[in-house]
Amino acid sequence: MSAATGLETPVKPPSPASHRVYGPSALGGGVERFWALTFMLARTEFKLRFFGSIFGYLWTLVRPLLFFGVLLFVFTKLLHVGSGTVPHYPEYLLESIILFTYFQETTSGCVPSLVGRENLLRKVRFPRLVVPLSVALLSLFNLGMNLIVVFLFILGAGIAPTWSWLELPVLVALLVILSTGVGMLLSAMYVRFRDVQPIWEVIAQILWYASPILYTVQSAAKHHLLGLSFSRILVINPIGAIITQARKALLQPSAPSASRAIGGDLRLLIPFAITAGIFALGLWYFNREAPLISERL
Amino acid sequence: MSKTFRLPHQQYSTLKERALHPFRSTTYDELHAVKDVSIEIAEGEFFGIVGRNGSGKSTLLKCVAGIYGVDKGRISIAGRLSPFIELGVGFNPDLNARDNVIINAIMLGLSRKQATERFDRVVAFAELEGFMDLRLKNYSSGMLVRLAFATAIQVEAEILLIDEVLAVGDAAFQQKCFEEFFRLKREGRTIVFVSHDMYSVERFCDRAMLMEHGNMVQIGDPRTIGRAYHELNFGQLAHDAPDESHSASGTAIADAWFENDLGERITSAAQEDRMSMCFEAHLGEDLVEPVFAVTLRTELGHTILVARSDQHGHSSGSFKSGESVIARFALPNWLTPSRYLLTPSLAREGTGESALALVADMASVMVHGTGSGGILELPIDVALERL
Repeated sequence: MSAATGLETPVKPPSPASHRVYGPSALGGGVERFWALTFMLARTEFKLRFFGSIFGYLWTLVRPLLFFGVLLFVFTKLLHVGSGTVPHYPEYLLESIILFTYFQETTSGCVPSLVGRENLLRKVRFPRLVVPLSVALLSLFNLGMNLIVVFLFILGAGIAPTWSWLELPVLVALLVILSTGVGMLLSAMYVRFRDVQPIWEVIAQILWYASPILYTVQSAAKHHLLGLSFSRILVINPIGAIITQARKALLQPSAPSASRAIGGDLRLLIPFAITAGIFALGLWYFNREAPLISERL
Repeated sequence: MSKTFRLPHQQYSTLKERALHPFRSTTYDELHAVKDVSIEIAEGEFFGIVGRNGSGKSTLLKCVAGIYGVDKGRISIAGRLSPFIELGVGFNPDLNARDNVIINAIMLGLSRKQATERFDRVVAFAELEGFMDLRLKNYSSGMLVRLAFATAIQVEAEILLIDEVLAVGDAAFQQKCFEEFFRLKREGRTIVFVSHDMYSVERFCDRAMLMEHGNMVQIGDPRTIGRAYHELNFGQLAHDAPDESHSASGTAIADAWFENDLGERITSAAQEDRMSMCFEAHLGEDLVEPVFAVTLRTELGHTILVARSDQHGHSSGSFKSGESVIARFALPNWLTPSRYLLTPSLAREGTGESALALVADMASVMVHGTGSGGILELPIDVALERL
């Protein structure tokens, strides 16, 4: 950078080669800038979210816990579902709520993310993918904090740490891929179709009940649909597979693995394929729409 | 040694899409914001782009910055570009100034480390020491602009794109900004600068370009371009001439005339009498809140006045295809003796729309009386006070 001062003749740097300017895109601009922008947006959002609240970040931890408390009361004391039949039901319930919360927070946060960042998108060139990824990043941070609480509960329940706990990062990674895939798809769709938001609210609600959160895969095994055991259907849902495997890994080694629940390792490829497929679809669609986002807002 | 921008030979941006109905969203208006503009800007040049609102200058700049993709043609640049389109990008009123400066600097292309390093210089330049922990919502607009400008100027890019951001803050700060621009110019930065303000264009730019309706009208010496820009503004009509795409609708202006208070058509009018500017339009399509407008010009083409039916938020109502409408604009005749020409026009709702129908200088009126030498003969109360 030439820093000429006063009257001295400016020293011109050698002219760099000319390059062509393309319109905005999903990626590009270098890994360093991409990361800096993602981190910065997530950090800004974090600061803004707790602005003006006394307990600030504590709400992120307390909210799922309160919800957990209500559900635990309803299902164990009033309906007598989990308690007794399912070992470590409270810990299972909490852990699955936290994992699902990550999915829901990321996806529903991504939906309006591009539209909400209109002032940036219309005025600066930066890789568009930064916007939904910053949402996923902030949710991931919240998930990390919430998981600390989950582990406190698990240890408090007298469950001893095992090596299988190390499966958790892999499961979380799969959940991140799934949620980000959905997030990319929805955020780009929402720019054109504002109907996406109410539709997704309903779908997320359905997914909540369609995932083994309040119940386990075993308890669903006795029901059948189209000749298939319900438990198998539940594990086709990638969220169901992740939660089921997390239960075995964290809480109870004797619980069925995702593989056993779906009936074989090979069949486990189905939820894997769904996850990978959704991610690929989201990335493809986002990448296709990225050049036009700033014009369509 | 040359730094070359090659701006597109042909470039269209279709910006405006209007969905009239959620399930009938197939009606589009295409806006050719920039048409076949081709320019080269040399390294170290201070290049100005001027033009009226909606002439495509900002779109052109956004294409160069890579915010909009081009539809035809290509853009090449050499060097690092600061996407410095508007001041204060990403500023958030709920965060304090410190956070906002860092965010803005990162948005403009610095790394977090660079942004932190340059933070003190930003504060010093903005003269806002002591206000850094204040939330931005409590800043005055002048302080806000100073902070934004100070941040933007720290992004040491080789090519700067600047859209209407000069002349900010109070006089002293403005002077400081101008000095900063001269410094950048001395350092051999390439600057592309969009403005309405001919004074700053003439003061800074080596070369300037005049744009109108997305076309490059003229390119050259800033002084010449400044004069051309003022001339363009003088003859301005209420609406732009109809696009070819609209002519199929069958909307047309049948007649235009001047009337006196009794509703009689006149070709000459006495000063101070009331008169009406009238026209009859035939609608070839259903229209909601269309804008009826008249422009009164002199024979030299200087616009004296523009009257629009949507002035002061008036509603014109809904019209069906096949209807004929007479629009009347009544006013006291305070014009100086001369011949005046009436240009009626009809456009869809909204400002900046091209007309559905427009007939230039369709009717004329001769105003007679005594002239004082000015354009207007307004009723003036004269008072002299002996001290």
